Amino acid sequence: MAQSVPLRGLAALGAMALAVLASVGRVTLFALSTFRHMLTPPFYGREFLVALGNVGWLSLPVVGLTAFFTGGALALQIYAGGARFDAQAVVPQIVALGMVRELGPVLVGLMIAARVTSSIAAEIATMKVTEQIDALVTLSTHPMKYLTVPRVLAGIVAVPLLVGLGDIIGIFGGFTVGVKSLGFNPSVYIRNTWDFLEPLDVISSMVKGLAFGFIATLMGCYAGMGSGRGAQGVGRATKSSVERASVLILAANFLLTGVFFSL
Amino acid sequence: MISISGLQKSFGSNRVLAGVDLEVGRGRSMVVIGGSGTGKSVLLKCVLGLVTADAGRILVDGVDATAGDRDAFLARFGMLFQGAALFDSLPVWQNVSFRLLRGALKRPRSEAREIAIEKLRRVGLSPDVADRFPGELSGGMQKRVGLARAIAADPQIIFFDEPTTGLDPIMSGVINDLIREIVTEMGATALTITHDMTSVRAIADEVAMLHGGVVRWSGPVAQMDRSGDPYVDQFIHGRAEGPIAALR
Repeated sequence: MAQSVPLRGLAALGAMALAVLASVGRVTLFALSTFRHMLTPPFYGREFLVALGNVGWLSLPVVGLTAFFTGGALALQIYAGGARFDAQAVVPQIVALGMVRELGPVLVGLMIAARVTSSIAAEIATMKVTEQIDALVTLSTHPMKYLTVPRVLAGIVAVPLLVGLGDIIGIFGGFTVGVKSLGFNPSVYIRNTWDFLEPLDVISSMVKGLAFGFIATLMGCYAGMGSGRGAQGVGRATKSSVERASVLILAANFLLTGVFFSL
Repeated sequence: MISISGLQKSFGSNRVLAGVDLEVGRGRSMVVIGGSGTGKSVLLKCVLGLVTADAGRILVDGVDATAGDRDAFLARFGMLFQGAALFDSLPVWQNVSFRLLRGALKRPRSEAREIAIEKLRRVGLSPDVADRFPGELSGGMQKRVGLARAIAADPQIIFFDEPTTGLDPIMSGVINDLIREIVTEMGATALTITHDMTSVRAIADEVAMLHGGVVRWSGPVAQMDRSGDPYVDQFIHGRAEGPIAALR
């Protein structure tokens, strides 16, 4: 019997909801499997160090430049906005708060999603397409242990550090603009920044960095491992990894901000 | 040594293996032939556990391949993949000695490197190749490195997946000769899948033809030309006319 248009629409909606739930289930199982392999030997220290270099060290330039320009632009915006109600003096405090609590972690997270997640997904997907993952298995090496665990661990370790550096560089960007263009006294600017920040601000920044590092690297590995065949499969895996990582980072940021606001 | 019975595997509605029965004796070289898409690679992957069969049994020395310690089971195997499947991020010597640098067969790094260089020599590559990366090698050299990796840990069983695909006739001949020599001198059991008839004649002690998801014919390579099976005849002579549809 032919379905009516509203029923067809409802069925399509239901199918979409089921697909989303199935996808969430698969990602959750993948994450649990990653944790399980993290806790059981063998451990591949060399692969972890290589991944740490790729995720952390090689991301420094893009993270630093992004944070610097954002901090500078933020200072200009706050100064211009504050001038409307004679509150230009709050530039150091708001730049520090904005960078540490929000922009630093989110921008670093998104930059890592763009640079690292895509790279991990493309690399692992290519390995899958060229049977390198099958070769790992025949060489008695578990792909989750050899490929996923070192990369996810590197994300968990490196991204909080990158966020910390991004926060400092962002504040320095605001400081540079504040002192060179807006006429702030350097020592006053630094004192206002330092006095205004609380330990919880820094802790929330680090926790966000840890969560975003986990999400970014996990999504890259998940998409790569589940890649389809051929160049199109690699392309799709790369694209979906960045999309998923970016959305999940923003969603996690919203949740974590809510948690830290309630403290 | 390898006994496969009633092996079945489907991908969705596509039934690839429909009850494969195959025996490979210890130290024998079996070549499985068949057209593209007839499930030759799936057969190998089922034995190695890379693909899970829907039904059937695989015994290696009388032991169920799906039971017991996977690492110990796989440690007995070497595999040459169709595209060599070398790890791009590692230099050649670390590819060759991959199994010797980690896991149960781990050796000191210097010893693993020596073994890698020795195995590279065995497949006709000079020691200076050891520090190059796979991306810097030609297709034929990559196949040789893949072969060196397959034999690095002196396996009892070696699988060759389309060993000459993509190579020129001379390099194909070199690889075929190497496979034959290595299998003979190591006393290893070999299972090769190919549709290159020159390889079949160079490598095989026995031949099995896979068609329609089952072993259509099997027997000694010397009898292949007198099989009396129209499917085998069409395939080995490469005729467009015959019971095997040209368009599949």
